[in-house]
Amino acid sequence: MTAAPKNPRTAPRKSATFDEHTLSEIRRAAATGIYDIRGAGAKRALPHFDDLLFLGASISRYPLEGYRETCRTDVVLGDRFASKPIHLKIPITIAGMSFGSLSAQAKEALGRGASAMGTSTTTGDGGMTEEERGHSSQLVYQYLPSRYGMNPDDLRRADAIEVVIGQGAKPGGGGMLLGQKIGARVAEMRNLPEGIDQRSACRHPDWTGPDDLEIKIQELREITNWEKPIYVKVGASRPYYDIALAVKSGADVVVLDGMQGGTAATQDVFIEHVGIPILGAIRPAVAALQELGMHRKVQLVVSGGVRNGADVAKCLALGADAVSIGTAALVAIGDNDPRWEAEYNALGTTAGAYDDWHEGNDPAGITTQNPELASRLDPIEAGRRLANYLAVLTLECQTIARANGKSDVRNLEPEDLVALTVEAAAMARVPLAGTDWIPGHNGR
Amino acid sequence: MSVETLSNTALDLSTLSVREINRTLHAAETGAFTLLHPNGAHALACGLNAPIDVSIQGHAGYYCAGMNKAATVTIDGTAGTGLAENIMSGTVRVTGDASQSAGASGHGGLVVIEGDASARCGISMKGVDIVVGGSVGHMSAFMAQSGILAVLGDAGEALGDSIYEAHIYVRGTVAGLGADCIEKEMRAEHVAELRALLDRAGYPDIEPASFRRYGSARSLYHFNVDNVGTY
Ligand SMILES: Cc1cc2nc3c(=O)[nH]c(=O)nc-3n(C[C@H](O)[C@H](O)[C@H](O)COP(=O)(O)O)c2cc1C
Repeated sequence: MTAAPKNPRTAPRKSATFDEHTLSEIRRAAATGIYDIRGAGAKRALPHFDDLLFLGASISRYPLEGYRETCRTDVVLGDRFASKPIHLKIPITIAGMSFGSLSAQAKEALGRGASAMGTSTTTGDGGMTEEERGHSSQLVYQYLPSRYGMNPDDLRRADAIEVVIGQGAKPGGGGMLLGQKIGARVAEMRNLPEGIDQRSACRHPDWTGPDDLEIKIQELREITNWEKPIYVKVGASRPYYDIALAVKSGADVVVLDGMQGGTAATQDVFIEHVGIPILGAIRPAVAALQELGMHRKVQLVVSGGVRNGADVAKCLALGADAVSIGTAALVAIGDNDPRWEAEYNALGTTAGAYDDWHEGNDPAGITTQNPELASRLDPIEAGRRLANYLAVLTLECQTIARANGKSDVRNLEPEDLVALTVEAAAMARVPLAGTDWIPGHNGR
Repeated sequence: MSVETLSNTALDLSTLSVREINRTLHAAETGAFTLLHPNGAHALACGLNAPIDVSIQGHAGYYCAGMNKAATVTIDGTAGTGLAENIMSGTVRVTGDASQSAGASGHGGLVVIEGDASARCGISMKGVDIVVGGSVGHMSAFMAQSGILAVLGDAGEALGDSIYEAHIYVRGTVAGLGADCIEKEMRAEHVAELRALLDRAGYPDIEPASFRRYGSARSLYHFNVDNVGTY
């Protein structure tokens, strides 16, 4: 008996809209009733610095000799009102990451690496630890809505104060630290019961608008004798207006964090859907500073997905005075290292994708409060790795600056850049490569 | 307080700037100071760090006595937003009313408001004790972590919303309780705790048993899908 010939079938096709990740998230949500919380920044593809290129020098531009001709990298932050501004040897700072989200060893490693390179580190939501104060030659103390661990003694022994209004990963969101990470020391510093899920406010308890912020900054200056630079940190959402208001409120430095910026723990929906990429935020921020006559007087520090010296150079060329790194610094000290692959697998993930930082089980000993795991991180060795990495970023940035004929990395300018995509051209306000077309510019 | 036995220095805001006055106060390790003509100036007597005595004769603006440590500050008048915000220790007293966020995120010490306090009194408090002779506005003791808020008058809407371990006592009516804040039994230890606080605050004649106690139901301490409406 011969079977009837079968009709050919089209191959099974998975939906681009309902892809694997989407389906798994629907199943997870249906099973738990809780939104997905995770660490790290936006993971989807976004217009980013890779969409920009430097032109370099040729006949019409004159390059500097690599290695021989100087290319300065130092930057002063906060000389508008503060009597003791911050002097950085390199234009790359370590972003605010809380003790609580990170182990004490990780905080120490960040301090050691940054200090070795002459740059600053930043505290985070949860207060200042001895480890980071002791090992950071220049420490920025964050002033957050939660005010966990906030006290005037630490304010006075900080080198600068950063008023946090928002973060790129979650503009408009508050902090979050789940029970697994509220161990005895963290609970004590934050004045919370041990092991509970911490909910923190997204607004400061004692001021609302920019007029209040101006008075708040005055108070912080009075308490610290007008010595410390005051930074204001915002997530990238409406950068033109937010930066203008921060300047009006009296900030010495503004910190602008794009949506790729990491977080210790936030709802995935927040990370992926609120805020704008840093690529589209720098030019409006710089425009606000220029219109107020404050560009370079109030320094602009940008962050959110800075990975290499080219990213640093692009930020500076777009008008920033320095950059700040979080995720990359954690990777440099050992986060998501393939050497822990077996343990990542046991946690249901893989090196490079591990982002359940809120659960506190980090095999690398970085995003954890578990003493056994944390002791895996040697702060001296990890600090050395961070210093190496910062050195590479700096050398790469100098290489690009020299190629564009600049004797100071901050002399890089938008004119040195072109864009690879129409989107990036519009966002960064530089021409599409090979054309003079900046979409949306001059009515075009 | 026998201020007369100490040297008392008068500092006049009609001739001195806030900066000059705060610099003088920060430099002092002991002594008493009288601030004249404050006229609502902001950030007065903030960041004090020693057991000095400061009397402000008139109205103070925002963040008066902010982050106070060890000092005793008395405002003979009213106080603006953020009175004694983040106070660590010492005592801050205002004889009149205080604007919003009085005692916000205070870590210790005592704040006494003899008149009314506005919205968000004791917001995010972390160990400070606050006594209000009059009433408090809405969202008072929002996310209060520890310390005591005692209100001799009434409380506005959403009292103690998302409260952690702070203790709230109210003698008058409460317009409404916030998420996870419930009325709790007034046991002997609470009467004793409140008695001691009222004595410290200068209200020896007020009877603690006439208050009702409010605190955390602790149902938001661990995320639970069935509480989703209250997050
Ligand atoms: C583990 C972790 C913890 C963080 N904690 C804080 C914090 O406490 N306060 C804050 O303002 N930002 C915090 N951030 C955000 C960083 O300060 C910074 O904005 C961001 O990491 C920069 O982007 P990048 O990670 O792409 O470099 C945190 C980021 C990470 C990765």
